[in-house]
Amino acid sequence: MSPSITQRGTRLRFENLHKSFGRTAVLRDVTLDVPGGLTTCIVGPSGSGKSTLLRCANLLERPEAGRVLLDELDITAPHVNVDAVRARVGMVFQHFHLFQHLSVLDNVTLALCKVRGMARDAAAAVALDKLAAVGLAGLDGRRPLDLSGGQQQRVAIARALAMEPEVMLFDEATSALDPELVKGVLAVMRDLAQAGMTMIVVTHEMRFAREVAGQVVFIDNGRIVEHGPPEHFFEQPEHPRLRHFLEQVL
Amino acid sequence: MFEGLQRIAATFFNPGLIAQALPELVTVGLPNTLLLSVFASAIGIALGLLVAAGLLSVRRGVRLPCRIYVDILRGLPHILTVYLIGQGLPLAGLSLFGGNTYGYAALAIGLIESAYFAEIFRAGFQSVERGQIEAARSTGLTLRQTMRYIIIPQGARRVLPPLTGQFILVIKATSLVYLLGLTASQREMFAIAQDAAINNANLSPLTAAGLVYLALTIPTTYAINAWDRRLRGARATRPVDAE
Repeated sequence: MSPSITQRGTRLRFENLHKSFGRTAVLRDVTLDVPGGLTTCIVGPSGSGKSTLLRCANLLERPEAGRVLLDELDITAPHVNVDAVRARVGMVFQHFHLFQHLSVLDNVTLALCKVRGMARDAAAAVALDKLAAVGLAGLDGRRPLDLSGGQQQRVAIARALAMEPEVMLFDEATSALDPELVKGVLAVMRDLAQAGMTMIVVTHEMRFAREVAGQVVFIDNGRIVEHGPPEHFFEQPEHPRLRHFLEQVL
Repeated sequence: MFEGLQRIAATFFNPGLIAQALPELVTVGLPNTLLLSVFASAIGIALGLLVAAGLLSVRRGVRLPCRIYVDILRGLPHILTVYLIGQGLPLAGLSLFGGNTYGYAALAIGLIESAYFAEIFRAGFQSVERGQIEAARSTGLTLRQTMRYIIIPQGARRVLPPLTGQFILVIKATSLVYLLGLTASQREMFAIAQDAAINNANLSPLTAAGLVYLALTIPTTYAINAWDRRLRGARATRPVDAE
């Protein structure tokens, strides 16, 4: 595939984030640098706050304290246009969330037409290109629910990529897939990482993290316990909590 | 016992009177009923969509007036609302439709129905999964665009059956316009049947009207249910193939 990516890669920085749902603290003073052009994998047990942290990156969750910086822009500042930020940050969800009433093509063109203001023909051309890039040429006329889970997730990736995002967020993108469909989706993500997209990937796929990530982050109970390059992270984990976690999942 | 049945037959099922009432019911009453139903539903659905969006607004200043509007219009007897609007507006100097009773009738029934349509649409909008909305917002669509391109199309489709039921209620509610007084050619089915019943001192014309109402409402229900099944059926197919 040949995704066109911004040259240097946009950086992202989470700074002293706090977030709670009711009385449950989900993020406790989380600070993390996401370097441009690299893939940052976030791993950890369920309910540890991984997804919440990811969702702070496009403000689907708003932190109670702290800042999120997209390059120099503090996206949590009050005057910031959230919709404009979201148009720069693509997101892929665990359960795809394709628009069920629209065809595959219209799923991909909707934001191009309504947010970017592109003409329908031009948007369709971009969409067909992205669909081909994720290996779905010829399926543009189908309804999402006529596709397999793996195909649906690749449509979701194409939908996000069509907006030419600077950063891509993946929230357990393969967790809801049948095992034999996981590979195809991971391959698309791997291509994207190798093309130099800035990515944050919340995942349970340790092999993917080890092979693709530039940085792996372990979150437990709302805190970053350990982070580092994959070799170090997987071969010489320092924190006992991480060692225990890796023993369970590897 | 048998005498009682005979009396009922003579009062409600006089074949001659039914046959006599039918032509005018079908040629004058039916078009008027349909016209009123369509106008009232158009007003009701357009306004209902707006009010439903208002009911779901995050802003209290929008939500509260919409809530009050729905509660009042659903809480008042329809007859009272038809009088209030049909007689009240012209009295207040708001002769929107001049002396045309039709307009006031359609408006009154449309306003009443908009409150019911609003509640149906609200339920539909709320049934749209959060994930659909988050996916739309995550691509940069504004809340308004998300409402227009995702929530309304998906929500409205899902409430097609209750919308049908409400449309049938609109057809029946049009009979209330007789309250406002109509010229002979403006009369809808109920008014025609009622006049005939009074003139003949026999209720059979009302039975005739009932037959025409049923001939209208039952096929409508089945037609829309079939459409609904087709919309649903179109989605319930198996995956194309494994990859």
